[in-house]
Formats: sequence, C-alpha cells, structure tokens
Amino acid sequence: MSVNDSFTPATRLAIYRTARLINLIDERFRSLLRSGRLAAVYYSPRGQEILAAAMGVHLKSSDYLVTTYRGIHDQLAKGIPLRQLFAEYYAKATGACKGKGGPMHITHPASGVMVTTGIVGSGLPIANGLAWASQLKKDGRVTLVTFGDGASNIGAFHESLNMASLWKLPVIFLCQNNLYGESSKYEKTTAVDNISERAASYNMVGVTVDGNDPEAMWKASGAAVARARAGEGPTLIEAKTFRFMGHYFGDPGAYIPKEEYDAHMARDPMPLCRAALLSSGAATEADLAAYDEEVNAQIEDALQFAADSPFPDVEEIDRDVYGVVKGAAA
Amino acid sequence: MSTPAAAAKPEVITFTEAFSRALHDAMEMDPSVITLGEDIADEEGGGIFKVTKGLSTKFGGARVRTTPISEQAIVGAAIGASLAGMRPVAEIMLMNFITVPMDQIVNHAAKLRFMSGGQTHVPITIRTRTGAGAGTGGQHSDMLEAWFAHVAGMKVVVPSTPADAYGLLLGCIFDDDPCLFIEDQLTRTQTGPVPVKGQRIALGKAHVAREGKDVSVIGYGRPIRDAMVLAEKLAGEGISIEVVDLRTVSPLDTDTIMKSVAKTGRAVVVHEAPRSFGCGAEIVARIQEQLFGQLKAPVLRVASRDVTVPFAKVLEQEYLYKASAIEASIRKTLEQRASR
Repeated sequence: MSVNDSFTPATRLAIYRTARLINLIDERFRSLLRSGRLAAVYYSPRGQEILAAAMGVHLKSSDYLVTTYRGIHDQLAKGIPLRQLFAEYYAKATGACKGKGGPMHITHPASGVMVTTGIVGSGLPIANGLAWASQLKKDGRVTLVTFGDGASNIGAFHESLNMASLWKLPVIFLCQNNLYGESSKYEKTTAVDNISERAASYNMVGVTVDGNDPEAMWKASGAAVARARAGEGPTLIEAKTFRFMGHYFGDPGAYIPKEEYDAHMARDPMPLCRAALLSSGAATEADLAAYDEEVNAQIEDALQFAADSPFPDVEEIDRDVYGVVKGAAA
Repeated sequence: MSTPAAAAKPEVITFTEAFSRALHDAMEMDPSVITLGEDIADEEGGGIFKVTKGLSTKFGGARVRTTPISEQAIVGAAIGASLAGMRPVAEIMLMNFITVPMDQIVNHAAKLRFMSGGQTHVPITIRTRTGAGAGTGGQHSDMLEAWFAHVAGMKVVVPSTPADAYGLLLGCIFDDDPCLFIEDQLTRTQTGPVPVKGQRIALGKAHVAREGKDVSVIGYGRPIRDAMVLAEKLAGEGISIEVVDLRTVSPLDTDTIMKSVAKTGRAVVVHEAPRSFGCGAEIVARIQEQLFGQLKAPVLRVASRDVTVPFAKVLEQEYLYKASAIEASIRKTLEQRASR
C-alpha cells in the first residue's frame, strides 16, 4: 500500500467478508459451547473482528503471525483453513496440531500462523526472532504479533520493543486494547492513557487507532506493513476495541458497568460495517445474504469434517516430544 | 608407531577454546547458524568469557548480534528465528540469569514441537555458564540443570572435557530440538586433547570414560574430572572404577547406566547441584527400579549441600560436593552389603 492508496468500497467489502467469517464462526462456536456439543476453553473475539480483518488484507500467507489464546480472529484473517482449525478445537487427529495443542496453541505454518501462545506477552520476543530471520534471509516477509492491553505491562513487551527498534526488525506489534485485562479495567492497571505512547520510549512509531473503524484500521495497518517491508523497522499499533463476551466463554462480566457495556454495544462494529458497506454500493443485501450462506456452508463442512475425524491414537503422546537426530556421529 | 609427530608434546585445547572453535566451525559450515547474547560481538570485547571473540569480525554483525540485557528477548528471538529455519545459539551469560527467560524456554522452546503436532520445531542452543568455587556467591554459581531436565522437549548437555565440549556443542547446534549447553566457569582454562574438526558427538548417549568392574561412578561435568583422578588413584589399591559420563543429562541414556551397574553391582552418583531433588535422585530411582535384585550395596549420592551458594571461601567449599566424598562413598559401597 502506498500512502496515496485510498480506501475503496471494494476494500471495505474485503474487510467485511473476513470480519463476517470471524463473526459467524464465533457465533457458531458459542452456540456449540452453550449446548455442550463443543467442549473447549474459548476466548471469544466478538467485537474485535474488524481490526483483525483490516490488518489481514495487507498480509500475505507467507507473512508470519504470532497470536494469543484470544486469536481465532487473527488466525482466520491470516487464512487458516477451517477444517484443520475446527478439528483442532474438537481435539481430533486431523486438527492443525493433531489435537495436541488445542484452541490456545493453534499453529498452521502454511498460512503463516506460527505461534499461538497462552502466556500473556510472551509472543513478542518470538515475533522478533521470526522477523530477524526474515531480515537475514531478505525474504521480504513481515511478522505480525498481536496481544492485548494487559500484555503491555509485562517485561517481555518492553524488552521486545527495544530490541525490535534497535535492530529495525520487520515486525508489527498490534495491541488490541479491549479495555480489560482479564477482569481488571485498563485504567486500574496501566499508567498511560494510550499504549501507543510507550513506543516513544523505544524510538518507535506508535499510533492509536479506532480498531473498530475499518478505514482507520486499514490505513494504520497498511502503513505499518509498508514500513516493515521497506526495512524501515517496527510499528506499535494500539487498536482500541472492546470485547463483548468477557475474558473467557462463560465469564459473567460483572466487572463491566452496564452503561459502559451498552455504550460499546451501541457501536458494535459489525452492523456498522455492514451498513456502511450497503450504503457504499459495494454490496447489496442479497449479496451479503449469499455470502453468509457461503460461509455457513463452509462452517457446516468444517464441523462435519471435525465430527467425522478420529481422536488421536494414544501412541500420539510419544510423538513430537523430540525430533529425530540426523547426521550425528555416534 | 613411533613417528616424530607422535613423539612431540600432544596439542591441547582449553574448554574456552573448544566452545569457541565449535561456534566458529558451525557458523562456517552452515549459514543458518547465528548467535546472539550480551556483549558477544568484538566491539564489546567478544563476550565476557571471550567464547565468541572473533566471530562478529569474521561472520558479520548480522549473524553475531550483541543484545541489550534482555534475556526474554534473547531467548524469544532465538526461538522465533529457529521457527523460520535458522539455528540460533543464544548466550545467557550466567545460568542464574536463565530464571528470567524461563517462560520462553519452558512454555515455548520445549513445547512448540509437541503443541504444534510436529509442524514446527525449535532447534536452538542456549549456552550458559555457571559453577561454584570461584567466589561468585548465591546468584552467579547455581547448577540448575535439573529444572530443565524435568521439562519434556528440552535437551540438557554438560561436557566434562574440552574435546567433548566441542563435539557436544556442535551436536547441540545441529540438533533439531532446544538444547541447554552448560559451561563450567571453574574449569574453563583446563586443557585436554584437541577434538577432530567438525566431528559431532551424539546427544542422548552416555560415554564410559573409564572401564572398571567394582563400582560405577555416574555423573556429568566437573565431577567426572574428579572421578577420573580418583579412579586412577584407587586402581593403585586394586579397586576398579567404571566412570560413566552422561554427557547428555536429558534425555537420559538409561541403557548405558544399567549396563554399567549390572556389571559392577555398585554405583555412586555425583553432581555439583544440590542433593535434594537433583538429577541424582532420578538416576538412583531408575537404577533401583531396574536392578534392585542385582545391587550389592545401596546406590549412593554425592552432591553439594542444600543451601544457597555462600561467598566466604570456607563456606563455599563446605557447600560444594567433594572429591573426598566421592572416594568415601565408593569405599562405603564396597564395604556395605545391601540388607535384604
């Protein structure tokens, strides 16, 4: 993307399509969890669909992603195939990780999903390493690492931003500030008004953007990706957003004041994006209904695939602990 | 065969030279080998222990990177680069500093191969230095190998000779799993025969450093050097000691241990780390599980005391395992019969 590229209705449509895919899958998963047909730890991305989709349209499948336990939106925006993703949620042998990682550790290198971590803040140092490898190989890839606002209070965040800036690594730090770290309000745990301010300490470009605004998020993401590809170093993007389903599936969310929740819900990014798309003329109601049908068919297919797949063999427990040593002298 | 070359004084090498040569040769052999750590480039003196001296000048600052004092970022960068096909060697200056990047090592390096169902793996080597006896006190001396041996997916390697140091470090660098390579700070200037250039030593395989028939002394690292001296001394009394140098602490080569103890019927397990919950306990447990009926005496442990490494020389020496204790334990196993 060049700075002159303008945000077109076609771009909004592309973002909407990815965001809607995330949205429909999330809704289905929550419905399956509620009815007991899926048993898994689940961290819903509801409310954070747009920011992932707007970043995703700038990335190639060869680019790297490091995400977190709340990462299904990032993984889908990166293009992970639904069958392997769903089968992993269902702990099946055909899952991306053969049922050995689970929802918190989704990995799919073919779509660039390199690490999904369950440890807050620990993805950032690893992202630097992926970016370092790209810098050494001059392969033109960029690495995106996503994390929540809580992660910016962990030492690894600060170590990583400093190193990335010093080494001018092609990495994008995308902080998805959903205003709560687990059950604690942002203001109670974080000493700065905006996380992007922390970039200044590391001589890095830092921007705060409305992550729920497709155009703003697309522009900020495009600039960061372009900067990384050009070898001009890292960017910290703070995408302000909100999570509608609490920290984990089943979280009653009593710590969120009702007025605050309602105010965010009134600005739910999904219907807003849909309305803007329709008014832009890039799609009709019929187009969007047809797209939903298409996605729902993909979901049915992936669910069927997961249902039909076997659980891992018990022997699987001894595999992938160590690799096979090649070329070692006895 | 007597040739002038053979008659000449054999060439020797120090541990530090061995570590350094292994890194150099690995980088020369394979462009995917890269290294990072605090102060390691020549501009900063080539590392506090000089192991990396000359590497940045020869291979360039892109492959040999001095880092900030940021152990999480160091290990994380190594992990990430390894996921993208590199073979990074991260230097954690001293083993006590490894407490800082424990999350990266335990939750990520060790587990990513398994958690990804084998889609990714982490061929990193973490070089670190430690060892009591040099007056470096409670936070610069600990042997923490048992912590890492307890984590599936990690390989833990401790050399006892310079030639082993060279071969095992190459073995770690070209291994496809995360390896923790522990360098002893006390013996770094001690010498031994020169290794064969480029020759790796297989990980996960113990080495019978000296064959014997009466008592097996099993260990790794510095105490093996003590055991070799003792074995020579006791041979003069007609006591035949077999010295089993594990080389790789984990995965543990149980077969070689059992073969030795089945032969001798007596074993003394020794390590520098504190006794309680140390690797010795695991080794002893496995021996009794497999060889209970064949043991001629209880298997004994020699280890350092269960206290913080003290500063004062007199206390530090009291803390450390002693060669005299290895000898006393050997004699005890020879005197005692297991009560049945």
